[in-house]
Amino acid sequence: MRRIVVTINGRERAATVEDRLLLSDFLRGPMGLRGTHVGCEHGSCGACTIRLDGAAVRSCLLLAAQADGCSVQTVEGLAEPEAELTTLQRAFKRHHGLQCGFCTPGILMSAAELLESGERPTRREVEELLSGHLCRCTGYAGIVSAIMEAVDEPR
Amino acid sequence: MTPSETAVRGFVGRALERVEDDTLLRGQGWFIGDLDPLPSTGHAAVVRSPLAHARILSVETADALAAPGVIGVVTGADVARLSHPFPSALGDAAPSFHACAVETARYVGEPICVVVATDRYLAEDAAELVRVEYEPLAVASDTATAPVVHDRSFRYGDPEAAFAAADLVVRASFRQPRSSATPIECYGVIASWEAATGSVTAWANFQGPFTLHGVAAAALGIHGSKLRLCTPAESGGSYGIKSGVYVPIVLMAVCSRALGIPVRFIEDRVEHMLASQHATERLSEVEAAFSHDGRLLGLRLDLLDDVGAYVRAPEPATLYRMHACITGAYDVQDVAVRSRVAVTNRCPTGLNRGFGGPQLYGALERTMAIAARRLELDPAELARRNLVRVEQMPYRAAAGAVYDSGDYERCLDAVLELAGYAELRAAQAPARAEGRLLGVGLACIVEPSVSNMGYISLAQTPAERAAGLPKSGNSEGVSIAIGPHGGVTVRFTSTPQGQGHRTVAAQIVADALGIDPADVDARTEADTAANPWTVSSGNYSSRFGAVVASAIHIAATQLADRLRALAAPILEAEPAEIELRDGAAHAGGSSVSLRRLVGAAHWNAAGVGGEGLALTCTYTVPIAAADPDDRINGSACYGFIADVAAVEVDPETGVVRVTSYATVHDAGRILNPLIAEGQVLGGLAHGIGAALLEEHRYDADGNLETASFVDYMPPTATELPPVRSLQIESPSPVTPLGAKGLGEGNTMSAPAAIANAVADALGVDQLELPLTHERVWRALRR
Repeated sequence: MRRIVVTINGRERAATVEDRLLLSDFLRGPMGLRGTHVGCEHGSCGACTIRLDGAAVRSCLLLAAQADGCSVQTVEGLAEPEAELTTLQRAFKRHHGLQCGFCTPGILMSAAELLESGERPTRREVEELLSGHLCRCTGYAGIVSAIMEAVDEPR
Repeated sequence: MTPSETAVRGFVGRALERVEDDTLLRGQGWFIGDLDPLPSTGHAAVVRSPLAHARILSVETADALAAPGVIGVVTGADVARLSHPFPSALGDAAPSFHACAVETARYVGEPICVVVATDRYLAEDAAELVRVEYEPLAVASDTATAPVVHDRSFRYGDPEAAFAAADLVVRASFRQPRSSATPIECYGVIASWEAATGSVTAWANFQGPFTLHGVAAAALGIHGSKLRLCTPAESGGSYGIKSGVYVPIVLMAVCSRALGIPVRFIEDRVEHMLASQHATERLSEVEAAFSHDGRLLGLRLDLLDDVGAYVRAPEPATLYRMHACITGAYDVQDVAVRSRVAVTNRCPTGLNRGFGGPQLYGALERTMAIAARRLELDPAELARRNLVRVEQMPYRAAAGAVYDSGDYERCLDAVLELAGYAELRAAQAPARAEGRLLGVGLACIVEPSVSNMGYISLAQTPAERAAGLPKSGNSEGVSIAIGPHGGVTVRFTSTPQGQGHRTVAAQIVADALGIDPADVDARTEADTAANPWTVSSGNYSSRFGAVVASAIHIAATQLADRLRALAAPILEAEPAEIELRDGAAHAGGSSVSLRRLVGAAHWNAAGVGGEGLALTCTYTVPIAAADPDDRINGSACYGFIADVAAVEVDPETGVVRVTSYATVHDAGRILNPLIAEGQVLGGLAHGIGAALLEEHRYDADGNLETASFVDYMPPTATELPPVRSLQIESPSPVTPLGAKGLGEGNTMSAPAAIANAVADALGVDQLELPLTHERVWRALRR
């Protein structure tokens, strides 16, 4: 067991965790952030993607202990609970970029990293970015369109 | 859009954004892994067979029981004591099975015992301490030589005469590989046995068909009413496969009974690949008789499905779901079919998107393409000469399907135009001169929706059927109510997993009541103790658009009639003259707000309340039981799809690139074009994955070689082509809204269309799916 302090969605959270506790299980369990979904636990599907100090990473491949002293953003940190959806989230809605919504939080976190980078990717580059995420519902076209639109919109 | 435009056009048919989305985009959905409905719930880890076929000599649990946090271990012996074998459609023909292996394990991944602990980590630790001794047995790993447990032959018209009259007979063999739909969320169950009442409450991401609720109750040895089955608001995809969660529901209910606490099981990815349920492997032998001018005169199909270790309900449905429309989109009445089932030492099979469709069309549509080559006809011309014509609608197909509506030739023309078919063809010869291999493939298919509850009875002989009770129809129940402050709640058991049922339900109700969809709350969480449901409830056979939407429409229409009855004395008009729009009842220039009508009905119930403003109704699609000649209308509605795939094959590496894909649907009236397009693109992604990448491979010892997302590769965004799609709407005369289902068609058509394109590029007839670069490279060098 060890004591860790993690800034999660802008709020400092302290906890005592087992060494082997996965970061994904830490977020979903004691932190109560169910929006991070677990689809494979071997780093292939991308559903559990969060941002660790800004970088989009798979939380199923990290231990909670590795996040000690870091800043974590999850899907719950994109839009304030009572506030409007972000530009990115609105674009997903408009382009039907989600169906069951299980893979969506992870994709949103990868896309959020891209948006913050200020890059202007081509459609093909967005598809490449998404190759780290599996979605079995949409066929991806709506997701790519949503990200392209969000890239083009002023933030 | 102004209110008056709304009144004219309605909300049905419009691309409304989804009401489901805000919750999901904020990560605020409630999936099975997020639920914690009961205190002191134990966490299960399942010990699984590492062998494909073995006698279980001993299960030693002492070390596991002594491990930290362990509450108990439930073995096969416990499961045999506390539950029954699952009922099977084929009776004793195949091995019987419990929710857990009892004396013999018959596939890798079959549950051997369950360790329950205070958390999942500790349960997994202890599971590793269970010692199982096995005696290996011979493994059936080849479908062609595996034991056959079901064999039925069907004959329609005069196939012998058709083949005798043929100028050309095309014979071909096909193998449709095993695959599975791999939703990103795996199975999840929370089960609680209540000893005092002998009942079970289970939460699970079940998707129906609710026939399987009865199968689970039978295995538990309890009356159906004693199995309360609830589903969470959200389910992380299913595409058929979560029908199979009824098996772990039984296993966890037994664990709860044995240990006296509620038990939770969240399946992991490897378990899902090994042991949830696959699509059948099918071996098909096809003979097709043609006249010299390309008329399809007769068909013979010999079909063999590998259902894995057990004939698990609803199998052998993969064979029979498509039986009624086994002639596809073609006008041919002289047909012979032989349907067989083999059992192997592999994962049991069941629903996966397209259920039976990829297996059928992978053979039939490839046969049509081979025939076109032999007849020296363009495949589009061969299709045109044989498609069921619009003036034949409704068309009775040889095996009993009644194609309700559709303009197939118009769809064919539309897809040829959409794909730029002539240009694609014209580009082939010049490309070939440069050493480039371009191919074009066509598929024309019929997509059934809303399964007839009786279709599986074709597995019985007519005499066996006559000795039992008939099965027919497909029903959905709907409850609808207006509360005292306005606001409509509608509930039904369609168990969606992302198809936007709540959005479409709100559109339908809003039109019937003349209100805004935002004032309608559709609740889709199943609860067999509280909500209306039928044995045919659930989210399978693309049944929402045709049967559930119909039931919602009828319930809302009945509620609208009650509102008109309340308004009639106030407006001094006949109910039939009253129009509901913009939140008010209107007649002869005067109006009264629904808010006032509803308030009066609730608060002055004795005065003007009438029948009240809550009602439940059940709608049944009129599809009859099988007849003595083995004909059945297997589904309520039949859509049509014409697809054109264009591919380029790299002659050096065998890599297939789908360069463009065009698809035209005639699925009746479209209720929400945004959602419909999503279903088309999603179903197509499954079809393209199956064509190029996806196969569950077993070695000769019955080990699954594709038990992770590293080895089993669903397509990512980079592998999918640009898609052009179009809807042509020939309303169904069967359903009140004219809608049909459409979510599975491209999963059925795309493997055939792409295989036809690759065969065209290579100039070969024989190809095996999936078209991996190795397979294609070898085909190039044959």
